[in-house]
Amino acid sequence: MVNSCVRVSGLHVVRGGREVLHGISFDVPRGQVLGLLGPSGSGKTTLLRAIVGVQVVASGSVDVLGAPAGDRSVRGRVGYATQSPAVYGDLSVRENLAYFADVLGLPRGAVAEVIERVDLAAHADRVVGALSGGQRGRVNLAAALLGGPELIVLDEPTVGLDPVLRERLWALFHELAAEGAALVVSSHVMEEAGRCDRLVLLREGVVLADATPAELRAGTGTDDLDQAFLRLVRQEAQA
Amino acid sequence: MNPRVTLATTRRILQQLRRDPRTIALLLVLPTALTAVLRYVFDDDQAVFTRVGPLMLGIFPLATMFVVTSVATLRERTGGTLERLMTTPLAKLDLLLGYALAFSVAAVAQIAVLLPVSLLLLGLEVEGPLWALVLVAVLVAVLGVALGLLGSAFARTEFQAVQMFPALILPQVLLCGLFAPRDSMGPVLGLLSDLMPLSYAVDALRALAVEPGFGSGQAVDTAVIAGVALAALLVGAATLPRRTG
Ligand SMILES: Nc1ncnc2c1ncn2[C@@H]1O[C@H](COP(=O)(O)OP(=O)(O)O)[C@@H](O)[C@H]1O
Ligand SMILES: [Mg+2]
Repeated sequence: MVNSCVRVSGLHVVRGGREVLHGISFDVPRGQVLGLLGPSGSGKTTLLRAIVGVQVVASGSVDVLGAPAGDRSVRGRVGYATQSPAVYGDLSVRENLAYFADVLGLPRGAVAEVIERVDLAAHADRVVGALSGGQRGRVNLAAALLGGPELIVLDEPTVGLDPVLRERLWALFHELAAEGAALVVSSHVMEEAGRCDRLVLLREGVVLADATPAELRAGTGTDDLDQAFLRLVRQEAQA
Repeated sequence: MNPRVTLATTRRILQQLRRDPRTIALLLVLPTALTAVLRYVFDDDQAVFTRVGPLMLGIFPLATMFVVTSVATLRERTGGTLERLMTTPLAKLDLLLGYALAFSVAAVAQIAVLLPVSLLLLGLEVEGPLWALVLVAVLVAVLGVALGLLGSAFARTEFQAVQMFPALILPQVLLCGLFAPRDSMGPVLGLLSDLMPLSYAVDALRALAVEPGFGSGQAVDTAVIAGVALAALLVGAATLPRRTG
């Protein structure tokens, strides 16, 4: 399918001598916000690292924008925000983004654009180390949005944020998807699942479900997605 | 590799350096202060300072640049920015050359403090041309950067990165000819000494201290230092993994 931005197939990953992903498969089409949900330690970060091409994989394949993950041809077309902000604490917001923009070969206007998008214009010249955790997280997000990447991979971008800001960010994610990007957004909070177009539920390195929130509610007979997750775990244990 | 990305990296590292007074002090003040201490340790035997003083122009840049580079790249790794950069079109050599260029600028500043203070205030005497002293000192600094980058490419943890200093730098200081002339060493130590790049810096600086010109011997020494620095950068770029476990 040409439309597919990410195609993960039979992915196994070993970390610290232990297999932590046991044969993961799923696709992400263009224009979709895919939620990667699962408890802490279920392998979300590992899976996202495999998608952006910085994780050593044991077997299986990860294709991104029609090339193997991490391939030279896709670097720069994939935006990645790690769980803890990966920016330089001793540089200002603008200096950080200007550097990443230079690396990507973008014009200077790109920096102001993403600063605006994440609502940091008022803090653009402050040193990142002096910002609050939430603001730092948005600098991290801004760096992932530079240059309008076709695939945007965000590792727990809304953790620890106040509800108003969380709301704003989810609106932004859908805006980006409407512009044609594919987004993969991880979270360990089931509450956030309802905001995604589609969910991949991960537990102990295995995909528990791959469905829209509506399908998940219908399939498990509950409106509460937290409950739905628990029922799936129970079903899996019985099977 | 892309010069635009290399230079952007250099600029970014210099911006960071400017905000870091402790590292600036380590690079600019410490070598000069220690050289002054050395001068007064041998206060009643000026001949000793005349002999070892010039060598400090090689040893301090190597040691300080190694430490500063190791720490900077380690922060790049633990802060996650290295991982971010690995998902971009940045070539690994862009990053390493960016560091080498930035710290070369810092090395010129370091020598610009150390050399005048040594010559004018501490009574250091050198016969050779000043440009040659600066050249050797800056190349040794770049060598320190290159070894620091190489060391941290191999290190997987902070602890391993710290272990690189005694492993890579101290043997060079012991065997470079600072404590005993290189030609008086036995065959095994002599061979080890010949394998260590700092030895060539010390040979060159010692010659520049007592001979008025920049001879072919010093040219060879200089080329060896530059060659090892370049090789260390290339090996560092080759060994730095894009993917980790
Ligand atoms: N650097 C690492 N070395 C070894 N094991 C790791 C490393 N990082 C994570 N793991 C292990 O991999 C598994 C998945 O972790 P991770 O992908 O971080 O999960 P999540 O992001 O869902 O919390 C966990 O069992 C964790 O202990
Ligand atoms: Mg995680």
